[in-house]
Amino acid sequence: MNSQTQRRIASAALIIGFFVFWELACLAFGVKDIVLPRPTQIIYTLFARMPAIWPHAIQTLYTTLVGFGLGIVFGVALGALVGSSRLAYDVAYPLLIGFSTIPKVAIVPILVLWFGAGTVPAVITALTLCLFPIMVNVATGLATTEPELEDVMRAMKASKLDILFNVGLPRTMPYFFASLKVAVTQAFVGTVIAETVASNRGIGNLMMIASSSFDVPLVFAGLIILAALGVGLYVIFSFIEVRVTGWARRNDEFAMG
Amino acid sequence: MNAVAIAHPPPDAAPEGLTRSDAFVELENVTHSYGRGERQVHALTETNLRIEKGDFIALVGPSGCGKSTILKLVTGLINASSGYVFVAGRQVGAEPVRVGMAFQNPTLLPWLTLLDNVMLPLKIVPPYRQEYRAKRKSEFRDRIEALLAQVGLAGFSNKYPWQLSGGMMQRASLCRALIHEPQLLMLDEPFGALDQFTREELWGVMQDLWMTRKPTVLLVTHDLKEAAFLANRICVMQARPGRIIDDSAVPFPRPRTIAMSYDPNFTALTHSLREMIVHARPIKDVSQ
Repeated sequence: MNSQTQRRIASAALIIGFFVFWELACLAFGVKDIVLPRPTQIIYTLFARMPAIWPHAIQTLYTTLVGFGLGIVFGVALGALVGSSRLAYDVAYPLLIGFSTIPKVAIVPILVLWFGAGTVPAVITALTLCLFPIMVNVATGLATTEPELEDVMRAMKASKLDILFNVGLPRTMPYFFASLKVAVTQAFVGTVIAETVASNRGIGNLMMIASSSFDVPLVFAGLIILAALGVGLYVIFSFIEVRVTGWARRNDEFAMG
Repeated sequence: MNAVAIAHPPPDAAPEGLTRSDAFVELENVTHSYGRGERQVHALTETNLRIEKGDFIALVGPSGCGKSTILKLVTGLINASSGYVFVAGRQVGAEPVRVGMAFQNPTLLPWLTLLDNVMLPLKIVPPYRQEYRAKRKSEFRDRIEALLAQVGLAGFSNKYPWQLSGGMMQRASLCRALIHEPQLLMLDEPFGALDQFTREELWGVMQDLWMTRKPTVLLVTHDLKEAAFLANRICVMQARPGRIIDDSAVPFPRPRTIAMSYDPNFTALTHSLREMIVHARPIKDVSQ
């Protein structure tokens, strides 16, 4: 407990130290706003222009969450399908790897071609970016379920569905949540890419416009917003993960609750 | 309740899977091999075995003689390469018999508490399955607590498996095999990983359970003393090819005690079993 507190204090100190160093370095070397604004300038910009930034932040968050939600639905469904048997897993894996290695930026133009600019391509880009980590992890979790655990169920003459719900899915939860943390940050990447390329709303678009008018503090304010949203969602899913899959870490706090 | 399984009149329109067998469990010319081609391993060859209802059989023999294979065949976890396995007069898989199985490893589900682990069969196996749905969980909970207490796990029902010692997990695993009052109980070296004292204690628990509920038990073990202590009949198996080479009754009266295991007759029995198993370990392959 004590060492944990120490670690937290050290982490916080490092973050604060980073910004202080940034501020001081800019002052000491006389770096211009247009190259690298100081943290204080960025924070000032953030508050001063909040009414203009806010709708974009909401738009980005909305797009990301919709894409992420759809990614979970499709990812779990496809993952369950692929992971349902060792054979399906081995057969489908090469194709999945092929798809997942395609740089997703490359598909945005295609999506714009199909759906036009706006929210839809952004949602789909977020979806495709977070789909693969979820699908691959769910499939891996299911496909690597210990045969002994399935035998326990089969000895009771349990149906395939019973086995899936009582062994397969609970066993896969740690894999699933590990993938959610990756996927939610990936969904942000997808959203921002699509907004940058083909949208007139969202933080990506805001940063695009700000940089073309050399409003560098606003660009950085956009970055800060993205970082805050990303970290926020990451923390939320980490928290749920610990609550749900504490057994996988032999977590005694989990056992108490 | 015990008679339910075989009291069913044999259905008239006999589909495949019916038999003339009147024993509770019967293996008829069963051969089983793992793998294919050159790497094929004959686990079991031309094996015949009859088990009457309510009997307690121990299978002993050297490693790789197909003891666990017999258990898996009778549970329906694997299908015989050739020959027939009948349970309650039906080909295995179709029989309306509640089966309980305790594995060599505890195989408890790590995301469930002990209570929920032991609850699992009640959630899956009919007729408890329907009762479970009909919200009789609290009644089940009391039953589980009572059974856990019987094996010395009182007060541990809300612990997770990984918070317990190996012996405690093994006990819980035994409870899971017993909670739905199986008519057929399969034990695959369930006491193997335990220390001597815990093992002897659980032999006593097992004997009590068998004497009160009279399930049909098939126990696989390496421990000859355990076989002689618990079983009514001991089948000795040989390896490569796996087959039963001796099948004899255990004469000692019940309830048996640990003190009895130091009796000369008891020692003589385990000794003769030992001799048979030592000689049943030929290196040469006599299958063809």
